[in-house]
Amino acid sequence: MSLFWIPLLPALGVLAPLLSAKLGRTQCAFITAAAPALSLLLVLLMAPAVFSGETLIVSMNWVPALGMNLSFRMDGLAFLFALLILGIGLLIILYARYYLSAKDSMGKFYAYLILFMTAMLGIVLSNNLIQLWMFWELTSISSFLLISFWHGKTEGRKGARMALTVTGAGGLALLAGLILIGKIVGSYDLEVVISSGDLIRAHGAYPVALVLILLGAFTKSAQFPFHFWLPHAMAAPTPVSAYLHSATMVKAGIFLMARFYPALSGTELWFIIVSMTGLATLLLGAYTALFKHDIKGLLAYSTISHLGLITLLLGMDTQLAAIAAIFHIINHAIFKASLFMAAGIIDHEAGTRDMRRLNGLWKFMPYTATLAMVAAASMAGVPLLNGFLSKEMFFAETLHQHTLGSLSWMIPVLATLAAIFSVAYSLRFIHDVFFNGEPIDLPKTPHEPPRYMKVPVEILVGLCLLVGIFPGLIVGKLLFSASSAVLLGDVPDYSLSIWHGFNLPLTMSIVAMLFGIIIYHNRRKLFKFQSQFPETDAKIVFESIIQCMVRGTQKINAYFENGSLQRYMLMVLLLVIVFAGHPLLDLLQTEGTRTQLPLTSLSIIMATLLVLSAFATVIWHRQRYISLLTLSVVGLIVSVSFSYFSAPDLALTQLSVEVVTITLLMLALFFLPQQTPKESSPGRVARDLGVAAIIGGIIGTINYAIMTRPQLSISEFFLENSKPGGGGTNVVNVILVDFRGFDTFGEILVLGIAALGIFKLINRMKVFMPSGDSKGINWTKDSHPMILRTVSQSLLPLALLVSAYIFLRGHNMPGGGFIAGLITAVAIILQYIAHGVDWIKPRLKINYQWAIAIGVLIAAITGAGSWLFDRPFLTSWFDYFSLPLLGEFELASAIAFDLGVYITVVAATLLILANLGKLTTSHRPKMEDK
Amino acid sequence: MEALFAFCVGILTTCGIFLVLRSRTFPVVVGLTLLSYAVNLFLFSMGRLSVDSAAVIGANSTYADPLPQALVLTAIVIGFAMTAFVVILSMRGRGDLGNDHVDGRIPDHSSLTDKEKS
Repeated sequence: MSLFWIPLLPALGVLAPLLSAKLGRTQCAFITAAAPALSLLLVLLMAPAVFSGETLIVSMNWVPALGMNLSFRMDGLAFLFALLILGIGLLIILYARYYLSAKDSMGKFYAYLILFMTAMLGIVLSNNLIQLWMFWELTSISSFLLISFWHGKTEGRKGARMALTVTGAGGLALLAGLILIGKIVGSYDLEVVISSGDLIRAHGAYPVALVLILLGAFTKSAQFPFHFWLPHAMAAPTPVSAYLHSATMVKAGIFLMARFYPALSGTELWFIIVSMTGLATLLLGAYTALFKHDIKGLLAYSTISHLGLITLLLGMDTQLAAIAAIFHIINHAIFKASLFMAAGIIDHEAGTRDMRRLNGLWKFMPYTATLAMVAAASMAGVPLLNGFLSKEMFFAETLHQHTLGSLSWMIPVLATLAAIFSVAYSLRFIHDVFFNGEPIDLPKTPHEPPRYMKVPVEILVGLCLLVGIFPGLIVGKLLFSASSAVLLGDVPDYSLSIWHGFNLPLTMSIVAMLFGIIIYHNRRKLFKFQSQFPETDAKIVFESIIQCMVRGTQKINAYFENGSLQRYMLMVLLLVIVFAGHPLLDLLQTEGTRTQLPLTSLSIIMATLLVLSAFATVIWHRQRYISLLTLSVVGLIVSVSFSYFSAPDLALTQLSVEVVTITLLMLALFFLPQQTPKESSPGRVARDLGVAAIIGGIIGTINYAIMTRPQLSISEFFLENSKPGGGGTNVVNVILVDFRGFDTFGEILVLGIAALGIFKLINRMKVFMPSGDSKGINWTKDSHPMILRTVSQSLLPLALLVSAYIFLRGHNMPGGGFIAGLITAVAIILQYIAHGVDWIKPRLKINYQWAIAIGVLIAAITGAGSWLFDRPFLTSWFDYFSLPLLGEFELASAIAFDLGVYITVVAATLLILANLGKLTTSHRPKMEDK
Repeated sequence: MEALFAFCVGILTTCGIFLVLRSRTFPVVVGLTLLSYAVNLFLFSMGRLSVDSAAVIGANSTYADPLPQALVLTAIVIGFAMTAFVVILSMRGRGDLGNDHVDGRIPDHSSLTDKEKS
């Protein structure tokens, strides 16, 4: 379980600096260091187990359904990285204590730093791909906060944004790649993924997954062509640079490649992409570093070049190369962290990092100069220092390359070339800063830094020497266990000794030294040559690309989202054409095998009428009243056709809904303009007609194709069980109130909600009420004609009786709550029309809102009643009784449910229409100004 | 008969969609109503067409598919509720915005192309 605590302690430790910031700088630093120190102790306690080849795993269920576990894993590779992250992290905490000025918020800085440390630990210890990715993203975010720590500076903000954009975009690619890997393997468990390399490499999606994962690794590790963010991240405080660019952030990408080395490497594709990217980065970084005048800029490009070197090693087709890569990860972390810290000391004590002004600092800070010189010598690959050992291994491996066929000799040559530049820029770092004449116009008089600021540098430089002289003793086991994790235990023999005899790699080293010195000596000519090229500022290029993308998306957005509903509608319909029409292209035969019904003359007449009235509705759509009348004809024919095709319930429903709808539309039309202005251009009319006709054609074709094919229906069940199970012979009604009662319950709820929504819309609506028709003729004063009043009044009881009859017989004959409710509503609406709202109001005191609620409640209680009998919601009950006079009759609980439906339908319909009708009685506003 | 039915559904769809694409609210509401007729007929026909076979047990020898009928029945009622909502919304829109254009504003020059308008 102690494995859980390794990332958890720093996670909790994020709060420590924030809480202790007020105690003083030294106290704050100590309290902050406590959590990582404890974690480091835990890591070290695991050393015996890890060195003996064990893999420690702890895991906890998190979202098991998604294959997500909170799972950590400690093997040689994770151990090495955890050691680097925590060890160098602790040194950085000490260093930052002296580096940060009193103005900087120390608590905030440490909190970001520990957050970043937690994220890095999470990456290296994760045993689940998705979990790994989450920590990966956390490093992007926390590094953004660290780089932009001095957010008052433009470079800080821009550099941080660039780093976030590049690594964040890479992170998305990584996520896609990890998901793909998870799909291929069938598990997100790292343990499983690592051991199923053959399965992954044989899979068709392997190239895609590989490229996506490498995109993530390359962006993070600043590989060409994504290297440009790293130099701009140098705007961060130097402790951040020392941490992010030596042991952590940029090493995360390297770690990822090493972690997935067993699963992904071993193919031609891997070697080509990884080694070529590494080689390009190595050369580019080494060459550019020489020309940087900023010390940190030089170190930044040197970092890029060393990352390229490690990538190149990982891309080589030998196991020894992988071992060399891991060895160089250790060595680079050690000497680069110390160099960044030295650069920070120089900046801190001399006030500038410009090498054109910094000269001859040896006289002012000989001690720091000595430390920096040892570290720089290690970077250059001078013997007896750790950098020499891994560089030697690197040279040896370049000689065994066959990736490029007969051109493979280029790799060692180019590697030597990079090493030459590496020697040259290391030499420049030493000579230009500490010797080379006198300092020019420094803001401060340089002096040695505070005692303890040098301690971290001393420790790291000491390690450079120790590893360089006693490699086997110091890092032998560490290197072996990490290599064994990367190579899955299959570690070949290798030698860590300093002297391998006089061989080709040593010659390459000597050549690099000699030519490095020569190049540095003739640097003025090179500088002159380089100054002919216009220097491109990656920041400007990057910003302009971002701006370009922003403008592009804005343009697309403005095109698609211009606020015009008409436009949106058209786009939706065009998509309908694409998605509904496309499958039809593959349907070879429209007509199916089912026997079709014969045409009858009646149906032809009806269809003609339907088509004509539909056309009339369109043609006269500007004359709104006329189009409403023709619309009602369409509705009538639709209800007749329901009746014709054996759907009496539908016919009754459609008929009564038709009455209500047309009444409603007429009422609404009273408040709306009577005519539609002619607005559409002929082109638009033609376009809309085309779209409409194509969709109509598609829908008609689909409909025909389905209707003429045999049917596989589940309806047999309903037909068989309607009577024995639901106690009714009208199957449609039994389905509504019994089999699918829950659906119906939802429907009446929607109806009620719509009615309430309408009620709120009508409330305080500003309407204009015309005093006459469109021709200016005033309405008749006799708004409630005598004949209508008399007839409707006598009709009311009859209509209510009919609706009661329809309601009661609904279970066995066409009818039921929906239809009865609509008939009742129509009868009452007729009273409103005949007598006016003022007349009805005192006579019909029903609060329709309450009525809706009661209707829904009745239905719900009926449904819930079945719980009392331990049955699921809405189980119905029925039985037969006999009473004198009436004879035998049936009682079913479904009728109570249907009553709820009935009440809801009546109340909702009346709530809508009566409230709309009330608008006519309010005082009339003035004529609308045209 | 099936061909005629499908033809009618197609015509209703065409007319409905053309009206839905108009620029004023009322024709759009009328178009939606036409479209809902078409949709209801379409859904209903998923149970295939049959004559003289209402799904009432004991009334005939064969029965039409009752399931689409039950679905369409509720669809008709909900369709009414939605039509009502839209038409009231269009009234409210006119009251609040001063016009009955679907975009909520009348374009300056209706002869302009869409691109120029945006």
